[in-house]
Amino acid sequence: MMDQPENYDVVLFNCVSHAIKAEKVLKATGLTFKIIPVPRHISSDCGVCLRFPREQKGAVEAALQGQVEVREIRPLC
Amino acid sequence: MNFLYFDNAATTWPKPQEMLDAMIRYQETVGGSPGRSAHRLSIEAARIVYDTREAVAELFGIDDPLRIVFTKNATEGLNTAIQGLLRPGDHCITSGMEHNSVMRPLRAMEAKGVDVSVIPCRDDGTLEPSDVEAAIRPRTKLIVLIHASNIIGTLMPVRKVGAIAKRHGIPLLVDAAQTAGAIPIDVGAMNIDLLAFTGHKSLFGPQGTGGLYIREGLDEQIPPLMMGGTGSRSEFEEQPNFMPDKYESGTPNAIGLAGLGAGIGFLRTVGIDAIREKETALTKAFLEGAGTLKGIHLYGPPDMRKRTSVVSFNIEGMSPSEAAMHLDENYRILCRPGLHCAPLAHRTVGTFPQGTLRFSFGYYNTLGQIQKALKALEKISRGH
Repeated sequence: MMDQPENYDVVLFNCVSHAIKAEKVLKATGLTFKIIPVPRHISSDCGVCLRFPREQKGAVEAALQGQVEVREIRPLC
Repeated sequence: MNFLYFDNAATTWPKPQEMLDAMIRYQETVGGSPGRSAHRLSIEAARIVYDTREAVAELFGIDDPLRIVFTKNATEGLNTAIQGLLRPGDHCITSGMEHNSVMRPLRAMEAKGVDVSVIPCRDDGTLEPSDVEAAIRPRTKLIVLIHASNIIGTLMPVRKVGAIAKRHGIPLLVDAAQTAGAIPIDVGAMNIDLLAFTGHKSLFGPQGTGGLYIREGLDEQIPPLMMGGTGSRSEFEEQPNFMPDKYESGTPNAIGLAGLGAGIGFLRTVGIDAIREKETALTKAFLEGAGTLKGIHLYGPPDMRKRTSVVSFNIEGMSPSEAAMHLDENYRILCRPGLHCAPLAHRTVGTFPQGTLRFSFGYYNTLGQIQKALKALEKISRGH
């Protein structure tokens, strides 16, 4: 059930340095997430994004708030 | 390895084993393009580059690692700041102890209509901060100051000039090529707005690494020296305007930055104070010994609190280059003769155009090496 794409959100960043910074911040919180390539249907960018289960959205937003520059948080599909 | 390597102000050598191991490990197990491809080796490369950014930020008291732009050396950072901030009609203040990495871009900006004031220093390199304040004009847009002389080791009053710059709302650019890793630096406490550093000297990193810290807000006034691929916002043909990608075009020196991260790790393990203490002991022993030798003329402040481990001297009746060749061939002492890319500073010291013989000691030198060198100088100065 959980690995259905519609159960995930992604955090998009301006650049990979921001994504790595976010990874460090989120690792410290113990939340579940994964760095994945930005899917083609979201952006033509060659960068990476952070995928996480949608039910953690509030916690992810709170953790990144004021810590990391985020471009957008949106559904994976 | 049976050398007396006294050229640490140019490049520190040897390097810690940790630094070599990190570079080999990077090439063997990572090796991807950071921020480019999104596969695991690319992401791992980006993590390593980020870790080094974080290490640099911690070392200089910088809150956000993304305020640091990686460059190939201090020169590139200085050029980015000087060429980026100054416009025709602006005024810039600098000291009489600067290296050509500052003077050449400044002279080029002068030709484009920027006014440059060079504040004279005493012949031991010391600068009076009030002279800097007196030179400030309504159109002063930048103060550039070397943190320590690359020829005679004099520490410059960065903290005092920083306070003056802050009071007048003028950005301060510091050239920390000789001090990053050797002398504690805190950009907040010292009011440094722009800090150019290199990795290959006292940070124990490899050549080809360095960077520029840019205080928040100043990047809006500084266009990049180069533009190109950044791995980000690839759908646009325009350069991104966010840190650090704005200034980091093209594949970075990730293997070098892996080494730099390990070099800084070594520095933190040993401790910047312990390294300073050791280098101070070596320099003090050399200055005291050389001071008793006839025919040796030493430059720079004798007080170790006012200097780094870079010393300059001349041997009576011998040109610096002649002496350096003799020291290399007969004593395996490796040092640097001449003008050290700093003709302005040599004019200040009174050693232009012949220059000096420069010994720059590092963490891996020993008191035994200093004694050997003093014996060699004694023989040479007696005319053997």
